[in-house]
Amino acid sequence: MKKFWAVFVARNLEFFRDRSTFIFNLVFPIVLIFGFAWAFPGGGGTTFKIGTFGSPPAAGSSADLPFLHYKYLQFVPYPSLDVPLERLAHHQIDMLLDFTKGQYYVNDSSSNGYVLERMLSAPPAPSVFAKMTVSGAPIRYVDWLVPGVIGINILMGSLSGVGFVIVRYRRNGVLKRFKATPLRAFEFVSAQVLSRFFIVAFISVFVFAGTDVFLHFRMAGSWALLALVNLLAILCMIALGLVLSSRIKSEEVAGGVMNLITWPMMLLSGVFFSLEGTPQAMQIASRAFPITYYIEASRAIMLDGAGLAQVAGDLGFLAVAALVFLGAAAALFKWE
Amino acid sequence: MNDAAELRSAVAHLPAGRPRHYLKVTMTQSASAIPILEVRGLRKYYGKVKAVDGIDFSVREGSCFGILGPNGAGKTTAIEVIETIHEPDSGQILYRGEPVSRSFKENIGIQFQDTSLQEFLTVRETLELFSKLYPEPRPIDQIVEACSLEEFIDRDNRRLSGGQRQRMLLGIALVNDPDLLFLDEPTTGLDPHARRNFWRLVEGIKAKGKTVILTTHYMDEAEYLCDDIIVMDHGHIIESGRPRELLLKHFGGALIRVPEAAVSGVSAFSCPPEGEGGFLTFDCEDANATLRELVAAGVDLKGVSVERRNLDDLFLKLTGSGLD
Repeated sequence: MKKFWAVFVARNLEFFRDRSTFIFNLVFPIVLIFGFAWAFPGGGGTTFKIGTFGSPPAAGSSADLPFLHYKYLQFVPYPSLDVPLERLAHHQIDMLLDFTKGQYYVNDSSSNGYVLERMLSAPPAPSVFAKMTVSGAPIRYVDWLVPGVIGINILMGSLSGVGFVIVRYRRNGVLKRFKATPLRAFEFVSAQVLSRFFIVAFISVFVFAGTDVFLHFRMAGSWALLALVNLLAILCMIALGLVLSSRIKSEEVAGGVMNLITWPMMLLSGVFFSLEGTPQAMQIASRAFPITYYIEASRAIMLDGAGLAQVAGDLGFLAVAALVFLGAAAALFKWE
Repeated sequence: MNDAAELRSAVAHLPAGRPRHYLKVTMTQSASAIPILEVRGLRKYYGKVKAVDGIDFSVREGSCFGILGPNGAGKTTAIEVIETIHEPDSGQILYRGEPVSRSFKENIGIQFQDTSLQEFLTVRETLELFSKLYPEPRPIDQIVEACSLEEFIDRDNRRLSGGQRQRMLLGIALVNDPDLLFLDEPTTGLDPHARRNFWRLVEGIKAKGKTVILTTHYMDEAEYLCDDIIVMDHGHIIESGRPRELLLKHFGGALIRVPEAAVSGVSAFSCPPEGEGGFLTFDCEDANATLRELVAAGVDLKGVSVERRNLDDLFLKLTGSGLD
């Protein structure tokens, strides 16, 4: 324990005293959040997003509507009504068409919903859909975005803070120096994991709390559950960083591999824009990334007030992935 | 009762709280009959490169043992295999007569040729980090004193001069009060003053009965510090022994250099000289006889120099190439 603690403390001192790295780790996500909050005070895109439930009328049939073929309208099918109604209440979609009952839903305080309603009922073929309304305060884009930014911070902080640092230690001989002591690989690696766990958790809390002071994020669910999701995600990402660093000797290779992993995750995990309505292949690919489960669970807790039961699947995936990655790292790790 | 048993008995009756380093010195002095380290048939290949190709040697306790050789001779690989940094392909390493075990690392100190440390730590914090990796570390203050670290003990370890850094690395190698210390080219890149300071530190370590294994490029360093040496080339040991004995064995006498002008008119010597650069050089077994011949021939001794052969000359003779 003494050896573990010594390495843990040394790594933390190294991180917090490296001012440029420390400040960059703190400032970058904060700037990102404020930047998006300023750029997108309302929704995140200009395309109208319409949820659908049930099968739409066949194209060219008598029931078909010109509205369904307008440009710049994105139709997102849902298997049930409760989810899209929740989305509509929070202005995350602009309209919901229920083909099974011939009804449409709009939020009575949504400007996009008002425009879409006019378009739906406009000549030459006004719809015969019955109007239904829901109400609810809009969820700002920044509320929706913040779990994604924290997720990216966890991803980058863990991969670079563990993966890149261990590769650097291996290349410049720090690992070799430790290998010459009675310190065991397990003690070294676990100290690195816990140190980075502490650092990433600290930064996540700092970024969230620091921006929340000004932006007052929506928090509909349990703080404890959100903390659990974050901690599992951090562990999972650190373990992934360990796997990457277990054998690589060159920082250049490590940088390339990390880019190969982080960029698809950033683009395909729904960090900046919702994956709803995206091609099926993209949605399937997103299920391979742990960060997707983190973002989904965090948004569900923060925006929809989801409880443990609703996010249990996401938590399970993160926990299993963390164990698999830790096992792989333990099997693959080499000092040199 | 044999020496070891007597020692164990004495240790058992020592008062509680006796400093550990005192015990260690006492034990090592009594167990000096067994080499502290024996290497038998050690091999380490990297593909087709035979970095270490079957070397055998033993190291006396309390001595300074030098491993010499040019770059690529295999000396660093050899000591890193002995240090258990790398696995040998074959061969045996015995510490105090027993095959090395996991606890070997607790008994040795290592100063690598190239070492990076965790950054943004002071010298004291670095020493504390390493001392906590050992079950019975030496007090930091003793290390600071032994390695003369006082003036920069609270300085960031990235902001040290070459000599200060080597002293800190030596301090790290000493945190566990090791019986056996490996120094891999510890003074490479240091100025002459810093090298001399470092030698004094190593002498102090030797004076405490510690055993030092030193690899070096500097022949003056080996001659100054080492009691025994081996010379390696292409993974093999090509010579071994005590430096002075090896020089006597291979060169016997000394080099006598005489200005050519001083011996003009003298036609014959029992040991024929070679001329170069305006000087005649006599490389003879019996330097006294040559000097007597020069005096008898009326040569003015003012310009005559007598030079002792050194290890560099020995290496040239053994391998046909100079030390890099």
